[in-house]
Amino acid sequence: MSERSLIVLQRLTAMVLAPCVIAHVAVIAIAFRDGLTAGEILGRVQDNVGWAAFYALFVIAAAVHAPIGLRSVLVEWGALPRRMVDIVMAAFAVLLLITGLRAVFAVVWGAP
Amino acid sequence: MIARHRRDRAYLAFLGHRISGIGLAVFLPLHFIVLAEVLSGEAALDSVLAFTAHPVVKAMEWLLLVLVCAHLIFGLRLLMLELRPWRGRGADRRGWILPGLILALAVGTLAMLGVV
Amino acid sequence: MTDTIPVRVWRGGDAGAFQTFDVALRDNQTVLDIVTDIQRRQDPTLSYRFACRVGVCGSCAMTVNGVPRWTCRTHVAKVAAEGVLTLEPLRNLPRLKDLAVDMTPFFDKWQKAGGTFEGRKTRDDAVDPVKPGSRARKAADAAIECINCAVCYAACDVVDWDPDYLGPAALNRVWTLVNDRRHARRSDTLDKAAQSGGCGSCHSQGACMRHCPVGLSPTESIAGLKRALLFSLLGGRL
Ligand code: HEM
Ligand code: HEM
Ligand code: SF4
Ligand code: SF4
Ligand code: FES
Repeated sequence: MSERSLIVLQRLTAMVLAPCVIAHVAVIAIAFRDGLTAGEILGRVQDNVGWAAFYALFVIAAAVHAPIGLRSVLVEWGALPRRMVDIVMAAFAVLLLITGLRAVFAVVWGAP
Repeated sequence: MIARHRRDRAYLAFLGHRISGIGLAVFLPLHFIVLAEVLSGEAALDSVLAFTAHPVVKAMEWLLLVLVCAHLIFGLRLLMLELRPWRGRGADRRGWILPGLILALAVGTLAMLGVV
Repeated sequence: MTDTIPVRVWRGGDAGAFQTFDVALRDNQTVLDIVTDIQRRQDPTLSYRFACRVGVCGSCAMTVNGVPRWTCRTHVAKVAAEGVLTLEPLRNLPRLKDLAVDMTPFFDKWQKAGGTFEGRKTRDDAVDPVKPGSRARKAADAAIECINCAVCYAACDVVDWDPDYLGPAALNRVWTLVNDRRHARRSDTLDKAAQSGGCGSCHSQGACMRHCPVGLSPTESIAGLKRALLFSLLGGRL
């Protein structure tokens, strides 16, 4: 992907993540007050398409945003050559996307 | 000794934003793996969540909340810097940095205490 | 009997050491005056650069007590509060000898950033007026007085960490060009500014704007480039 797309995607996903994070922190605060249990979490999100969409968007935005950010960190603070950093970060994006979407599926539809 | 060109709030904001970003990126796959424990049943997730009673895990949770809030605030500061033309003094939003840090600490602490 | 000040001066290239000179203090003395005094009275082999002595040419920058500064406009009284001066060559550039650095990478990146004007008109066309009060003209104005001193380049940590980073001065120049309505290739220029090592590598640490001796803000200029890039891409203009 071209450098300029990465710069722009980093900003656009940040704009998506900001409201997601605010909502997520609010929900976490409530979850902590009610005692953090699987029952509490599942009670909220299970079979709820709205929560599924929210978390899926959250995961996708984070899976794009975080690797682009880490890429600068590794280029500037790491010892790997640029090409290697790009490959490792592409792999990290895929890892976040797969584990993330799997987690969304799990909490919304996955409990046996 | 901290080099002279780094002794500035804006540099602190850069470090805070970067370190919080790294912290979140490391936490995220673990977070997802823990949540996916539900696939083996509610009890499996509960047995992982039981660790959150441990003080060290509690401290980590607090830290993560502070990190995510700090990254959010510093990130919004950068978006303001980058996406709006600068007008007059204060356009570099240095004034956001210390209040932002305090707000992140406060939100993390209040959420942990179950106050809200 | 005049007062003197101990001045530690870097001697040699990458491999080198500090040599201490005692230099007589005078009224209204600049750091450049000190260096000149050493060369004239104590060691004619001392290498350093200057030309205008009045803050115009941008050739006299050095690291003074750990801070990059233009030495011809820096008064000793202001920077030597602790009674010592330590003079080193600018950071982030190859050291040639003593206080002189090789400026080649700095100017090469200036070229690579693509800050080259290309007009639409020929000498036979009427002059294309630029409205002094227009927004773009004001944005260019705020960034245009750069004297190429590389003080910002020395102050920037990203330049230190990433040898490919074009640096604040070159990108600041590109921003003036993007705001020049007579420039024929705005999109190309913007695209080049976003190359690997371009505006996306700046993390708004702000060291450049805090150190620029003429008070420019490359931080603001680079933010402007990112903004122009985002809006141009989203608006389908790139
Ligand atoms: C809350 C919403 C968020 C906003 C507004 C935001 C904003 C930003 C911005 C604007 C940058 C670019 C900084 C630069 O290159 O100068 C950035 C970098 C980064 N972000 Fe975020 N971000 C958010 C959420 C996240 C999340 C959830 C993660 C991790 C999972 C993350 C990880 C990173 C990392 C690792 C960097 C690189 C930091 C650096 O280069 O110093 N961000 N963020
Ligand atoms: C699949 C989507 C997600 C779901 C279902 C989810 C769910 C939860 C839940 C239920 C909690 C509180 C209990 C716990 O610690 O596990 C939590 C905490 C947290 N989540 Fe998420 N989350 C998701 C995505 C994200 C993303 C993308 C981020 C981005 C950084 C994130 C960051 C955090 C943080 C920082 C905490 C606080 C951790 C702590 O203090 O224990 N989450 N999440
Ligand atoms: S604002 Fe950007 S260019 Fe200026 S010192 Fe900071 S990182 Fe370097
Ligand atoms: S922007 Fe300022 S510090 Fe940088 S080269 Fe130009 S005049 Fe010097
Ligand atoms: S000698 Fe010309 S700027 Fe200092």
